[in-house]
Amino acid sequence: MQNLKFSPRRHGKHGAIGIFLLLVFAACSGTPYTEGERLYKTHCANCHMDDGVGLSALIPPLAGADYLETARDRLPCILKYGLKDTILVNGRQYAEQMPGVPTLSPVHITNILNFINHSWGNSNPPYRLDEVERLLEQCE
Amino acid sequence: MKHIFVLGIAFTLFYACNSGNAPRTLPILGNRVVVGDTLGLSGLSATYDTKAAIGDTLYPIIPDFAFVDQDSQLITNATFKDKIYVVDFFFIHCPTICPKVKANGLRIYKKYENDDRVVLLSHSIDVKNDTVAALKRHAEKLGIQTNRWHLVTGDHDAIYGIADDYFSVATENPDAPGGFDHSGRLILVDKNKHVRSFCDGTDAEDVDRFMKDIDVLLAEQFGH
Repeated sequence: MQNLKFSPRRHGKHGAIGIFLLLVFAACSGTPYTEGERLYKTHCANCHMDDGVGLSALIPPLAGADYLETARDRLPCILKYGLKDTILVNGRQYAEQMPGVPTLSPVHITNILNFINHSWGNSNPPYRLDEVERLLEQCE
Repeated sequence: MKHIFVLGIAFTLFYACNSGNAPRTLPILGNRVVVGDTLGLSGLSATYDTKAAIGDTLYPIIPDFAFVDQDSQLITNATFKDKIYVVDFFFIHCPTICPKVKANGLRIYKKYENDDRVVLLSHSIDVKNDTVAALKRHAEKLGIQTNRWHLVTGDHDAIYGIADDYFSVATENPDAPGGFDHSGRLILVDKNKHVRSFCDGTDAEDVDRFMKDIDVLLAEQFGH
């Protein structure tokens, strides 16, 4: 009887191994956000560069950018509608306009943001689709 | 016997690929003409040396130009006397290839920052918006020195016309992103105003090769 009883400890252990294997798989197969990566290369990489470093004081970096955290709720709107005001990224001011991509769907935006949040050393929490949809309704 | 034959072929191929130890030189690009043969003396215009004589073989040269850079300085052929220079065409609010070309231009800029034999020259094709003041601001944000990298504006037709002389492309096109259609080429011009090499300014590997070409040209024209 003892053996048939549910053992949270044992399941926890299996779960941990599963997550570990998943992480190893993700680490070995590059980004788990392949769709986001594809969209990033199409819509973002021309300016923010393939490695997310930006360009001097003209185009802010995405790699290691504190703005991804400080403006988390604004990012879906920025991707869709662009940016006109001056922003502060890692203590540096950026005043160039960014064109938006109005054709992006909430799914596209979620995938792009999750790719960015998970690339080049970034490890910000992922966006959920319903979160992005909610934020897009509040764009100014 | 068979082995010797194979060895022989291998040697032939090896030496065929390494024929001569002459230093690599860059071709002169463009249509070559022979004065009096493919081109009459009267056909010598700004694109070919007007002081040529019958029988001379000529390559196209960059005709005289006069533009204004981010410091309001007049930039002409004389600015590049005894220098080699790297050319491109861009506009500040370019949403497509320009930032990548600029990022690769910055690599070239940094490599030759302390070598005043090499200068960069970027032509804005948006003469309406890219004023001298706008170019100045752009240069400051790029973090470049004017005498090492000139961002120029000028007469609309003169800029669009000279793009042809550099074998580049610049056209206005309302359907293109940002309103302009242009190539992301970086073009290398020698001190005799001849175009010697070019690369795709958006492709970092092609720019690596291009920078080797710059070194080859420096060795040819300056001896080191």
